[in-house]
Amino acid sequence: MFSNFDFGVVFGSLPYLFGQGMVFTVTLTALAAGMGVILGTLLAMARLSGVPGLKHVAKVYVELMRSLPLVLVIFWFYFLVPYIGAYLTGASRPIQVGAFSSALITFTLFEAAYFSEIMRAGIQSIPKGQTGAAYALGMTYAQTMITVVLPQAFRNMLPLLLTQTIVLFQDTSLVYVLSLTDFLGAASKVAQRDGRLVEMYLFAAVVYFAVCFSASFLVRRLQRRVAIIR
Amino acid sequence: MNYNWNWGIFFEQSPEGTGTYADMLLSGLVWTIATALCSWIIAFFLGSLIGVMRTLPSKGANAVGTAYVELFRNIPLLVQMFLWYFVLPEVLPQAWGNALKQLPNAPFYTGVVCLGFFTASRVAEQVRAGIQSLPRGQRLAGTAMGFTVYQTYRYVLLPNAYRIILPPMTSEFLNNLKNTSVALTIGLLELTARARSMQEFSFQVFEAFTAATILYVLINLVVILLASLLERSVAVPGQR
Repeated sequence: MFSNFDFGVVFGSLPYLFGQGMVFTVTLTALAAGMGVILGTLLAMARLSGVPGLKHVAKVYVELMRSLPLVLVIFWFYFLVPYIGAYLTGASRPIQVGAFSSALITFTLFEAAYFSEIMRAGIQSIPKGQTGAAYALGMTYAQTMITVVLPQAFRNMLPLLLTQTIVLFQDTSLVYVLSLTDFLGAASKVAQRDGRLVEMYLFAAVVYFAVCFSASFLVRRLQRRVAIIR
Repeated sequence: MNYNWNWGIFFEQSPEGTGTYADMLLSGLVWTIATALCSWIIAFFLGSLIGVMRTLPSKGANAVGTAYVELFRNIPLLVQMFLWYFVLPEVLPQAWGNALKQLPNAPFYTGVVCLGFFTASRVAEQVRAGIQSLPRGQRLAGTAMGFTVYQTYRYVLLPNAYRIILPPMTSEFLNNLKNTSVALTIGLLELTARARSMQEFSFQVFEAFTAATILYVLINLVVILLASLLERSVAVPGQR
């Protein structure tokens, strides 16, 4: 079945695939996950804050992001970010934004909506008595959140946050629509250059599978260890 | 900010000559909905089958179910799309491969099959969770009544499990609907692709994407409304 296929093309392009493609994918995933969790936590706190305006803005933002396809959001920000940048810096015409920064902003803002739903569940999983006790000790809202609620919420939700990060890792392949050179983009460029679509796409699938499968295996093991304290 | 807003653009003729820009977006909407519904049929039945297999006492069925779910969950949807579209016709026997390549509307059929198999792995997980959340006594009671395994699932376990998992299944349906936009990479002219080509033809980026955004939000609201009606109509009276 594979007799007339040339898997040598895969070995020849390994430095390009991993040196550029995978580095891009992993950097984007790590930065977007980190910033997304921070923004998501802030959104979750805003949503649970009970401050009328803030609460609704956070809710509308999260619901809107969750009802749009990621591809559309990628296109939105690709065109919108230069205008926002111009508005913020006071420039008269849209500023130049690098492809990586554009993708990073997109994924951070998009994933923040999903992370915020996880963190909201995490914050709500901490019994009300603990916040009450913290306030009774004279702690401020910030102190209560930072020293009592959030550390536990993070710990309880760590498996879910990591699973969502694996989803994010898979989703970053969609920067293909902007012709960026992430792992899949690199594979696809080699595939089209050498006319070797079958070999390159099969190899990409195997690599993604290996990474995601082992990552989710580790998350499941972690889940069993974290689950004890509940 | 010197962006030229022009909301009248929707009523101007598109360069494709088949109608206005609004018609173009609406045809994209129709393709999005058609793809979502067709792939959901595959996803629902295949996913239910795989989900049931993972709860059967048979070790073999379990292994097949687990392998299926792990395989389809751990490869990005976009890569799967390429595998179905570019790779499958090449690895099949030549005559079949050629037949696939000459298929009219190939992006649509490929998109439907790909999304169906992809979403099936997610549906399978929901179905399995639903069945496992039922008290063990229900399965035992079915056996005690003399039901075969098939009858136990058909009359006892599945009717209960589906009612429990209706809310997560709704969100899987919505995910499936949103995922149809990934099929634009293989040339399906669905809503996001249409908004993108409207932007390329007319340079009215934000009008095109705003319209697509509003349409997506509207479909989401309609689906959520229909799901809550469905939930009410299938609810078992007196439960909860």
